[in-house]
Amino acid sequence: MKISLFITCLTDTYYPRVGRAVVAILEHLGHEVVFPAGQTCCGQPMFNTGYHEQAADLARRMIDVFDDADVVVTPSGSCAAMIHEYYPQLLHNDPAYAERTHAFIHKTHEFVEFLTNVEKIDLRALRCKWPGHVTYHYSCHLRALGMTDEAVRLLQQINGIQFTPLKKTEQCCGFGGTFAVKYPEISGAMVRDKTACIAQTRADTVICNDGGCAMNIAGALHREGSEVKLKHLAELIAEGLGLLENDV
Amino acid sequence: MTTTEHHTSASVSLTREGESILFPSLPYHMHDRNRRAVHNDKLIAAVEVATLAKDVGRKKIFADTFGPRYDSLRTLAGQIKQHTLDHLDHYLEQFIDRAEANGVRVHFAADAREANAICVEIAQHEKCTACVKSKSMVTEETHLLPALEAVGIETLETDLGEFILQIDHDVPSHIVTPMIHKDRYDTAAAFQRELGAPYTTDPQQLTRIAREYLRDKYRKADLGISGGNFLVADSGSLVICTNEGNATFCVTAPRVHIAFVGIEKLIPSAEHLAVFLKLLARSSTAQPMTIYTDIISGPKRPADSDGPEQVHIILVDNGRTKILADEKMRETLRCIRCGACLNACPVYRKVTGHSYGAVYSGPIGALITPMFRGLRNYKDLPYASSLCGACGEACPVKIDIPRLLIELRSRAVKTGLAGRVEKLAFDAYSASLKHAWTYRLANALSGPVLRAMADHDGYISKAPPPFGGWTDERDLPAPAEQSFRGWWKQNRRNL
Repeated sequence: MKISLFITCLTDTYYPRVGRAVVAILEHLGHEVVFPAGQTCCGQPMFNTGYHEQAADLARRMIDVFDDADVVVTPSGSCAAMIHEYYPQLLHNDPAYAERTHAFIHKTHEFVEFLTNVEKIDLRALRCKWPGHVTYHYSCHLRALGMTDEAVRLLQQINGIQFTPLKKTEQCCGFGGTFAVKYPEISGAMVRDKTACIAQTRADTVICNDGGCAMNIAGALHREGSEVKLKHLAELIAEGLGLLENDV
Repeated sequence: MTTTEHHTSASVSLTREGESILFPSLPYHMHDRNRRAVHNDKLIAAVEVATLAKDVGRKKIFADTFGPRYDSLRTLAGQIKQHTLDHLDHYLEQFIDRAEANGVRVHFAADAREANAICVEIAQHEKCTACVKSKSMVTEETHLLPALEAVGIETLETDLGEFILQIDHDVPSHIVTPMIHKDRYDTAAAFQRELGAPYTTDPQQLTRIAREYLRDKYRKADLGISGGNFLVADSGSLVICTNEGNATFCVTAPRVHIAFVGIEKLIPSAEHLAVFLKLLARSSTAQPMTIYTDIISGPKRPADSDGPEQVHIILVDNGRTKILADEKMRETLRCIRCGACLNACPVYRKVTGHSYGAVYSGPIGALITPMFRGLRNYKDLPYASSLCGACGEACPVKIDIPRLLIELRSRAVKTGLAGRVEKLAFDAYSASLKHAWTYRLANALSGPVLRAMADHDGYISKAPPPFGGWTDERDLPAPAEQSFRGWWKQNRRNL
């Protein structure tokens, strides 16, 4: 199928390799990937901070940009959640967008959810191999998408991988957008709790599938001088399929 | 730390560094208490152990008992509460009717002052001198004890946690487990100091000490004060759930029983009560039910062997009708005060209850405190959240807490509470996202600057204002040399 990629502002700016991995995997699975160049941001930072008019404008823009998309895939759970959970509230009073909002929500998928529920991927059959010791951080906004352990189940399909569950995997890492800047003492305590749990697993790599969480956790790991790497599941799978050179 | 002269009047003017913990001066700013709390390892350790265990326990007991039907049970409970709230006038009238027919005297208190005044008036009229009290958040809200002490009525908290707090001149920090911020060492010290008991940190011995002290007081009390978990409209009954049975004592032995209950505690009938009794204790403490559930439908009847001569119920408004009238926020009145959201909240776990500077803490407190006491007075609370959604997921009546926190934030923005600087920043930020070219330009301008500040790994250790808060606590990744769209443009034809 033709898949329109919604890269998200954070992934575009800070984690472009994740985007390359997503493209590589989707093409490997036989899909055509297009990138609507007009895309910018889903409006989540504005919405969460209370600037709802600005958020609504950006939501309308998103729907316009992806208007002729059949399927939209995004590597960020929080952006997918913003669209699914809050776009109806933002646009239900706008007659020009009310219906299109529902169509947009229906065709937009978070990447791991797409692989699991739409593609029904089998990484064993695809001979995905990635020897290494990993753990997984469950990003909060996956709750809103009704996602639970899809990423873990995919990890367990990868040949050679050693997976150690993260204690308190569902506990928020403390990013929360502007929260990390407005309440640094709380955010800092939360991210250090997270890195302590990561260290306890003795894994070399933590899988994290959200740009915001990634910036937060990676920033904390680096501050601590930790050797632990942070990767999106897309990068791991792309490396494991030989589609992306292994990152050193 | 200053305290008053009366040992038993713990909540008269509890202060810490000159400020009341639950009734600080307004507007209240969280940051000082947040900072102190997150660095108090002993406090955090105690609260983490307790909240995590209850949160994990809650999920397990619901999964074990109801499996996938748990979600529909929550939906049902939420609908029952919402329906009752949407028709609260009807159910209030019905309740008052039935309760009075049972011989209960029902009073209506518009605010805290009135609620306390009604209670004092009854107590004085009945010439009560000694009061025993079971746990009630509403009485914390109205700050009842000082009003009773002022007229010479000695009041004793009988909930073990509240009793220990009272003895130690402290205040609750959690809706359900009020002394979650203290441990048995704190208790041992308090009992030794205030009760002259031998020092022991053994929980069973500590409980025995408390029991002996309390039993004596129970017998002498002529006034019992309680809260209420539910009010059943069609039978005019009051429902009280406890694990210690202390409420049973308070509402049975003394001559006069006065219950303080928020008007939002109404439910239509007994069959609805069954739904909530399935949910309450499981959500609070991961138990199937509390050990004791009292359903009170009136004072002692001639054939009864015990019971109070008088039962009074004070229906407390104190801002609830204001929330009721607010269509978007009405949902918060569904709350059954189970504390599940507090136990699930990663922020609560780090700052603990007293940081919220109000009677109600945690996620629900962050919603109702600004509603009760003014958003301008508690502006920090709705923003002190990463919007992780754990609270909404935990709530047995499906209050959509994250959505409502965002609603309060949008109100702060609309009323100018968020400040002009932030508004300008977000206007500029939003404007840069209006077109792909402005977005790319903004990144093209800021990217090199940020990369120049980064180390060879690509991390910034001191971010420029206003982002300095970020790097106080961790490093900040710099933007990648080439963005994804830059790569796409370079490597793909169809841009």
